[in-house]
Amino acid sequence: MVASEGGDLTYLLDLLKEPVLAAQEFFVLTGRAFNNIFRRPHYGDDIILQMDTIGVGSLPIVVMTGFFSGAVMALQMSRALADYGQVGRTGTLVSLTLVRELGPVLTAMMVAGRNSSGIASELGSMKVTEQIDAMRALGTDPVQKLVTPRLLATAFMLPLLTVIADFVGMFGGWVIAEVFLNLPARQYWSSVWRALVWDDVTQGLMKPLIFGVIISLVGCYQGLRTTGGTQGVGRSTTQAVVWATVLIFVVDLLITKIFVSGGA
Amino acid sequence: MPERNKTSVLRFENVTVAFDGEVALHDVSFEAFEGDSRVILGAAGSGKTVLLKVAMGLTKPESGKVFVFGKDISRMSEKQLFDIRGKIGMLFQESALFDSLNIEENVAYPLLNQPSIQCPRAEVLPRVKEALEFVELAGTLEKFPSELSGGMRRRAAIARAVVTEPPLQMYDSPTAGLDPITAHTIMALLIKERDVSQATTLVVTHRYQDGNLIANFRYNSKQGALEPAQSGEKEKLRTTFMVLKEGRPVFEGDQDSLEASTDSYISKFVKQRI
Repeated sequence: MVASEGGDLTYLLDLLKEPVLAAQEFFVLTGRAFNNIFRRPHYGDDIILQMDTIGVGSLPIVVMTGFFSGAVMALQMSRALADYGQVGRTGTLVSLTLVRELGPVLTAMMVAGRNSSGIASELGSMKVTEQIDAMRALGTDPVQKLVTPRLLATAFMLPLLTVIADFVGMFGGWVIAEVFLNLPARQYWSSVWRALVWDDVTQGLMKPLIFGVIISLVGCYQGLRTTGGTQGVGRSTTQAVVWATVLIFVVDLLITKIFVSGGA
Repeated sequence: MPERNKTSVLRFENVTVAFDGEVALHDVSFEAFEGDSRVILGAAGSGKTVLLKVAMGLTKPESGKVFVFGKDISRMSEKQLFDIRGKIGMLFQESALFDSLNIEENVAYPLLNQPSIQCPRAEVLPRVKEALEFVELAGTLEKFPSELSGGMRRRAAIARAVVTEPPLQMYDSPTAGLDPITAHTIMALLIKERDVSQATTLVVTHRYQDGNLIANFRYNSKQGALEPAQSGEKEKLRTTFMVLKEGRPVFEGDQDSLEASTDSYISKFVKQRI
């Protein structure tokens, strides 16, 4: 009986070993990436290039997602508000939902799908073709050259993309309000503006900043631990999107809880 | 066996490397001296690439010590290793050129990024051009690695490995996956580089004919071609052969001893001298 319990414990510990090791490696990479922000050399060109790839490159998809999510929210909310005779407050709900939740989360999801996978596949391909080793052999720290620029670029660009998505979403809501709900533009934009307080803006910018860190680091981590040739690159890419998405939702809940508790 | 008047460039002392419990190198010891050539033969998975990566400090040994230019690198930090790596040129098995950089930027990379190499900006381009001319790729400066053939990529990678004129040069399977003509061109370049720079050269390969070329041929700079080394010159070339089997060294010695070996594993690699 005792032997069996001991065996179960060992089996359990063996099962935990891999995820604990993965978490440890992830936090070590995170620490090194942040530490490199303050250490020379700084790869400014790479940061600009990544900002262009991650920020400007994601703009079309973020604008489209923002517009349609705002429009859909306006349609759905107007239907619910009609029961209370409050269709005029559609702008309030569109604004609050977009700034607090949909803007940051949907933008992060789009960027995770597009860039976390892109980062993982790029770094993964470099890993399996020995380019990471070559980089080390040629006097460059791969974390400093590859991870830190992506971290900075994503953390900087995601809040900007979210602000754009929020505004385009509000615009989408206005199109619906104007065309289908016969709401005067002044009333719609006034309710959109009045609904927001600084707490919402802070929350709406804090979330994409942290999501940006998650998206870049998960992509880099999965890419740098790639093994097993091209098949391994595919596996890392999938893992990056899955883990980035899950972590975005988990962290979203935590941040929302902090702000809700703070507000209460 | 300590050599007289020769500086030790690379020394392995009972080096063992394991990955997830799987032993990749087991108790490997050898020493390479200044100007020596060493050919490391072995089947796929015998630990040849791992040996080079340990010598470069890219992989840490589980036990044992590795001395490069007299310094123990086995416990050095990554930052300390950058200085040592500036003295080593390495050709990776897959060439490992950076896809996002063109050939000029790839070859210039060590000149601009090796902390121990202080190359003035104005000298970078002339040195890159010189290195590319050396490997007969002068017209490819603006091209990206994906635009080159396998053999051209390998030559560009050789240019990147030797552009800093490192005193220790290591080549990981330089002819793997190449047709016989391109493979011969690559080996001719390696020998040319060895004879011009007088560098210590380690070549990992599974092709005996590559080792045979290194041991018996020299580069004639007047004719611009390889030619068989005369008996006196062979002494100067001083090529040591080493055979790895499942991470263990099973042979170390000169070509005559290698060819005289009756070991069935070694015999598989050895063909009669050309």
